[in-house]
Amino acid sequence: MARIGVFICHCGENISATVDVVKVVAEAARIPGVAHSVEYKYMCSDPGQQLVKNAIKEKNLTGVVVAACSPRMHEPTFRRACAEAGLNPFLCEMANIREHCSWVHEKGEATTQKALDIVRTLVAKVKKNKALEPIKVPVTKTALVLGGGIAGIQAALDIANSGHKVILVEKAPSIGGHMSQLSETFPTLDCSQCILTPRMVEVAQHANITLYSYSELESLDGFIGNFKARIRRKARGLDEKLCTGCGLCMQKCPTRKIPSEFDAGLGLRPAIYVPFPQAVPNKPVIDREHCTYYRTGKCRLCEKVCPTQAIRFGQEDEIVEAEVGAVVVATGFDIKHGDFFPEYGYGKHQDVIDGLQFERLASASGPTLGEIRRPSDGKVPETVVFIACAGSRDPAKGIEYCSKICCMYTAKHAMLYRHKVHHGKPYVFYMDIRAGGKMYEEFVRRAMEEDGVQYVRGRVSRVYERNGRLVVKGVDTLLGARPLEIEADLVVLATAGVANAGAEELAQKLHVSYDAHKFYAEAHPKLRPVETNTAGIFLAGACQAPKDIPESVAQASGAAAKVGALFSQSELVREPLIAVVDRQAPPVYSSCVGCFLCQSACPYQAIEKEEFRGRDGQVVKTVAKVNPGLCQGCGTCVAFCRTKSIDIQGFSHAQVHAEVLALLERGERDG
Amino acid sequence: MSGEKHAHPAAEPLPGRVLEQTGVDVARCYQCGKCSAGCPLAAEMDYPPSQIMHLLQLAGEFPEFAEMALRSHTAWLCLTCEICYCRCPMELDIPRVMDALRHEALRQKKVNPKAKDILAFHRAFLDSVKHTGRLFEMGQVVDYKLRSGHFLQDLLQAPWMFLVGKLHLLPERVRDRRQLKRIFARTLKARENRP
Amino acid sequence: MKTGFYPGCSMKGSAREYSESLLAVARVLGRELPEVPDWNCCGATAAHNLDHDLALALPARILAAAEKKGMDEVLVPCAACYSRLKVTRHELLEDEKLRQRISGLVEADYRGSAKVVNIIEWLAAVPDLEKLVKKPFQRKVACYYGCLLVRPAGIVEFDRPEEPQSMDLLMAKLGAKPIDWAFKTECCGAGFSVSRTDLVAKLSGLILEDAVSRGAEAVIVACPMCHLNLDLRRPNIEKRTGKKYDIPVIYITQVLGLAMGLPPKKLGLQRHKVAVKFAPAESPVPGVSAKRGA
Repeated sequence: MARIGVFICHCGENISATVDVVKVVAEAARIPGVAHSVEYKYMCSDPGQQLVKNAIKEKNLTGVVVAACSPRMHEPTFRRACAEAGLNPFLCEMANIREHCSWVHEKGEATTQKALDIVRTLVAKVKKNKALEPIKVPVTKTALVLGGGIAGIQAALDIANSGHKVILVEKAPSIGGHMSQLSETFPTLDCSQCILTPRMVEVAQHANITLYSYSELESLDGFIGNFKARIRRKARGLDEKLCTGCGLCMQKCPTRKIPSEFDAGLGLRPAIYVPFPQAVPNKPVIDREHCTYYRTGKCRLCEKVCPTQAIRFGQEDEIVEAEVGAVVVATGFDIKHGDFFPEYGYGKHQDVIDGLQFERLASASGPTLGEIRRPSDGKVPETVVFIACAGSRDPAKGIEYCSKICCMYTAKHAMLYRHKVHHGKPYVFYMDIRAGGKMYEEFVRRAMEEDGVQYVRGRVSRVYERNGRLVVKGVDTLLGARPLEIEADLVVLATAGVANAGAEELAQKLHVSYDAHKFYAEAHPKLRPVETNTAGIFLAGACQAPKDIPESVAQASGAAAKVGALFSQSELVREPLIAVVDRQAPPVYSSCVGCFLCQSACPYQAIEKEEFRGRDGQVVKTVAKVNPGLCQGCGTCVAFCRTKSIDIQGFSHAQVHAEVLALLERGERDG
Repeated sequence: MSGEKHAHPAAEPLPGRVLEQTGVDVARCYQCGKCSAGCPLAAEMDYPPSQIMHLLQLAGEFPEFAEMALRSHTAWLCLTCEICYCRCPMELDIPRVMDALRHEALRQKKVNPKAKDILAFHRAFLDSVKHTGRLFEMGQVVDYKLRSGHFLQDLLQAPWMFLVGKLHLLPERVRDRRQLKRIFARTLKARENRP
Repeated sequence: MKTGFYPGCSMKGSAREYSESLLAVARVLGRELPEVPDWNCCGATAAHNLDHDLALALPARILAAAEKKGMDEVLVPCAACYSRLKVTRHELLEDEKLRQRISGLVEADYRGSAKVVNIIEWLAAVPDLEKLVKKPFQRKVACYYGCLLVRPAGIVEFDRPEEPQSMDLLMAKLGAKPIDWAFKTECCGAGFSVSRTDLVAKLSGLILEDAVSRGAEAVIVACPMCHLNLDLRRPNIEKRTGKKYDIPVIYITQVLGLAMGLPPKKLGLQRHKVAVKFAPAESPVPGVSAKRGA
């Protein structure tokens, strides 16, 4: 026998100004099954909640309907109150007579009647509610951090320092990412490697961090708190325990003319190499694509000279399996390369380079040891033109967004050039200057005022080569849009920041959403920037969108905090408002026919297969089963199921049907 | 009043007419100047193409800017070489906009006096086509000289051209010349006679 | 495949040698090139400068006539006419109401079935062109595309607007050495040859300067307007720049004809303002000297 308690809130005047609350209370009391019907000015207040608790105890209520604001506001409040009074919290529902009624209608009879309809509907539902228990899921307190750039390093350190284990996976032979390629960083002009390498070493030495470099994620299964990762450790070609990092193999390797990835193609490296001197780990890798032995079967010189006999030519990739509770994706970004700017001769003329290549020229460990020299003839350029927005903010080139960091690094490049070539003339062609961070505007002003960088507002139409120099056809829009032609020795393009190659593939492995530009999607652009829509997978750094180092570090710490919060519990408690496939006794087992339409519809990969076997061990039936850890209760599967074998707890067929009938009841009565 | 794009109120003269005739929404231009940077004749223009676009952006609220755009020399100097359209990051069909400006300037009789010779040439050209259906170069040049007053221009070229067979004394005619005249009457002539 | 031929007005007059050389070459290739019946002027620059409807009607009349004659494609060797016809076809196929209105204006139901092709496309489609080369044109050449063969890219969809290669590849097949230069697609001054000769002198002067400074021995063109500006207006260019340029400007069909072994007179080389000095020795043409060594 149902004994429902109905509590109507005035919400100050928010509800009572347009709804006749007293009348609703009186009418609600007459609904069959309602044992208690009262009103109060502020139901969510302590006295208001106490009213609910007292009524539950005194009237032995089997269900509660609080007619007030939206459940998104106070459902947790009232469910907690019920729980405290001994009533299962899922036997409490809220009837929204504020956002759905009093706030959107004028005062009158019809408004009051609508409020009553809403109350009656929820009463009908609550009668069908079942007591539910929250779902508990265990948590493995190890984090997987993908990507060993500054964001990944920061996240790994923060998580490790809060006492949890971290597995850091980096696909390059060394951690450090793009930050290790930079010469100096804005706005401080700190030497990039000087501030980065201490962190890199900390990662390598931290007791809680296991570093897998030259490795990639092979697959990720499972769900929040319970992931199973398979990591492919690519074969370096040596026994890391024996290698001392002496570097003799690199010195002796006869194949030395391979374009260096670390030097952005401006320098060369041997086939067995460490990407840069401060690499962590400082152990080389054999590049099988270019190594003479792997291509022709001859050489093996490195093996002969290695003092500890550490070289292992036959080494194979190794798959490592790990159980982790959370994943932080910090795989970073790249800048756009290739022949996408034919009017600038990028890819055709050696002296038209991109920002990362300029960093390598400026870097003391770069191919020119920090001297700015033209790639074509090695001469010091007297005039350098920097072109901003080379690809970004350019729908014709397919990139409509702003890459955020280029205005700042272009100013930095121009300043570095002047610091190194005192008589040099730098020009920057820009559309706007975006310098919104702390000390950023001052930095750009310094470039213009103190370092003599000439800024010209306008875009460049074309760059072509003439007599060994580069003719830059630009314009100054602040001077009546007159064309301005400059003969430069070097042209540096601030090319767009884009997602890494392989970003899409990784996102699909992880089941995280990404946008049209393959940047990973945050759960909410304003309020949830470090979470994804996949529970347990967090984001940090430029894989989400182009950003600078301070922001990457901040995001990484943010993601680490989220991981910390997750790991602070030994069990995860989740709301049980999830889908359930019915189960019956054999031989039916379930009304599910095993079509698995639900599985293909589920956006969260929460549907699994369950096999039922007969006594002879043969599979009798394969039916769907919902993974309670992954299901988000969206209800898509319910809509697809042809046999209606799957139902959402808390929003079951019976409950919703009862609501609809309750609404129709008034219609029948009034004609 | 259609309000699908918030660019320009349809009632306003110039920008609305440009949008209607060309489909180009000048609000998308972010004044980068790349068109002016690549335009072969930008240095000779009073308002290089990016400035024309900006004049059009404001022309709805500021009629004096509409005037400046219509009376510009730029509209007539434009070679329709299509480089601006090719390089524009917003893929704006600037040559089409120039065409529309020319048509408007003619309609409102606001052609820049410096473009006198250019316009004379176009008119002479179309006159020739209207009468014979094909360009009669000799006739067109005579017509142009009468309009422009440059009687001595290219006088020395003519004998040589005639000698090498490049200049004919008689026009080639299309058979259905009446149809050509009808086409002209329904298009160019009709527009010119409109108030 | 029935191919029609739209010469355009200048090919009958000031660009006569282009037509001559094209027809001579077509004869060798065994290709018929019937002219579009009773074709009219396409309107060139003047029409679209003064009136949008007229600018569409004139080309539409031509293409409708070609369709009526059952032509699948129309070869338009003049790049300016090519542009007008191509743009008209594109606009009318995109906008049904416009197509109906213009069809009414030209008193023919224009459907857009006839394709519009340029000279380079047409020549590139000739199978085994290299086999017809008897006298390889062993010169360093600057292939000048001009504006309208490759732009607007979205409409012509031919080659690529920056650093096009189609003419260069064709020239290489004929034995020539195409050079890499910076003014392949920079405007020559277009329709200002008479009304603003000063501007033509400036723009065409820049083109010649770049070609010559990079060692080109000839500029190859595929447009009568470009030829006019670079060749006929040479005295104006020289006057403005104060420099003498004797680099010849040759139509692509003339180069093909020479490579095929046709006599220069058949290709109209004697009609150029700037003498083409390296035609084969057996030609008794004024201003043409004996063939130089390679």
